Amino acid sequence: MSAGSYFRRFWQYYAMLFLPILFFGLFKYGPMYGIIIAFKDYNIFQGMWTSPWNGLETFRTVFSMHTFSTAFRNTFLLNIIDLLVSFPAPIILALMLNEVMRSRVKKVFQTVMYFPHFVSWVIIGGLFLQIFATNTGIVNQMLNNAGYDSIPFLTNRYWWLITYLAAGVWQSVGWGTIIYLAALTGINKELYDAAETDGAGRMRRMWHITLPGIRPTIIILFILAIGEMPRIGFERPYILGNAMVSDFSEVLSTFVYKIGLQTGEFSIATAVGLFQSVIALVFLLSANALSKKFTDQGIM
Amino acid sequence: MTTKPNAARLFAPINYALLTLLAVICVAPLLHILSLSLSSSSEILSGHVTIFPREFNIDAYQEILKDVSLYRSLIFTVVLTATFTVLCMLMTIVAAFPLTKRGLKGRKYFLYIIIPTMYFGGGIIPEYLLVKELHLLDTMWALVLPSLISPFYMIILMSFIRSIPQGLEEAAEIDGASAFKMLVRIILPLTIPALVTLSLFYAVGRWNGFTDALFYITKPDLYPLQLKLYHIVNNATAVDVSMAERFSEMQAPLLPESTKAATIIFAVTPIILVYPWLQKYFISGTMLGSVKE
Repeated sequence: MSAGSYFRRFWQYYAMLFLPILFFGLFKYGPMYGIIIAFKDYNIFQGMWTSPWNGLETFRTVFSMHTFSTAFRNTFLLNIIDLLVSFPAPIILALMLNEVMRSRVKKVFQTVMYFPHFVSWVIIGGLFLQIFATNTGIVNQMLNNAGYDSIPFLTNRYWWLITYLAAGVWQSVGWGTIIYLAALTGINKELYDAAETDGAGRMRRMWHITLPGIRPTIIILFILAIGEMPRIGFERPYILGNAMVSDFSEVLSTFVYKIGLQTGEFSIATAVGLFQSVIALVFLLSANALSKKFTDQGIM
Repeated sequence: MTTKPNAARLFAPINYALLTLLAVICVAPLLHILSLSLSSSSEILSGHVTIFPREFNIDAYQEILKDVSLYRSLIFTVVLTATFTVLCMLMTIVAAFPLTKRGLKGRKYFLYIIIPTMYFGGGIIPEYLLVKELHLLDTMWALVLPSLISPFYMIILMSFIRSIPQGLEEAAEIDGASAFKMLVRIILPLTIPALVTLSLFYAVGRWNGFTDALFYITKPDLYPLQLKLYHIVNNATAVDVSMAERFSEMQAPLLPESTKAATIIFAVTPIILVYPWLQKYFISGTMLGSVKE
């Protein structure tokens, strides 16, 4: 069709897209321009445009900072341990729930276990910081009443790690379970019947039918988790962490916040942020490639 | 029916027991905090308060409900969440609909522009500087504008729209309906489940949001509820009641644990009230998202 009649037919669609594209241009691509700060010696008075360039000097400074390497190590440390603990939990839970025959009871369990996912990290922090507090926390009070010493859940970095992981599992296990339960409903019932007739016990059926049945879902979620590894949410370590456990609780995102918005070292903060984004992209692309190799489908 | 060996017969009760234990663990922290907010100071200090209140009293609530800034924060957060959700949905709809039109020239390029923003961004500092340049710091708009469209949710809406039979749209086109008319009269009514779900996703995200407020808002008047709660729980600001009032009305001084607990319950109650609907739409929404894979 001619340009004129195409336009007459379609101009409204372009009109609709105008504001959204403006949004993406301004708020998503605009800040990307600010990345140049990582290559400059940012000075508040000179601003983004006239501050002097300093090439990779900022990066050299960053990589030599002890606090940076701690934050870098912690980002992966927390993510890997979190993965080891939080990843299997919903799978096991979904398998268990799947064995519950009565759907009303199943619904009740689901309702209860899904709840922590809707609560903000501030609230979760409020709950866990109180429960594990050294003096008035209920866990330590119960330990004391039973004759044991208080455990420094929030002041000793190793114990803090456990508290951190517990909060993570508490928050996320319900959510993951829903996803796996959905995947479980896709498994052909006849496979189970055939196996039972052949004399396969419950454990065998789970191992040979159920788990392979949700293998694609497990793989996708695992790969997504790997792709997320260099990024760590800001809220959880920031809210649960404190100065005494900062050896473990300081991660890249909290580091960027503290060095950037609190101390005002914009160049350093931007450089670290850029570094983090690049590594995240590398992880994500590798994870995507891996997933295509194993399951013929990518996440992107 | 074959008799099951003992191990198999134990499975069901053990399974139920474990699941019940887990369910209790999910609810226990909140119940404990609730009890702390309703118990007396002496019982709290002696460690007797576990899941139920001891020496029930509502002193903590009386105290925190005197704090006007708490109400202000609640109302601000409601207004913020409502404004945010409406604007986000409008923008998401108006972005998603044209992008489902296969005949639209340049459609691919729009998607090439939008999708990468899901994975790569400017970072905290450049985003902060932008908000600052636009003079949005310490305004409600700093919490609304930077996240108007989630590409992920937009894609979910797109796949939902695509599931509407093309025949309906074609018929409307023949009848001379304009794109806007088609959107409002045909597409929107048919996508209501997805619209409700996405609205809830946006709303809950904004209601629970804390990080951007931490970065962009310094005026306490504009603290969303979570940020206000954060400051209270972390002792940065005590709950704002004059000392004289506190001592004249209470017999025993209130522990900060009680007032903090009461504030937490105050902040979590809206979520609890809305939870039944949240659960229903979130679960179906998650299906939408994962089926898309």
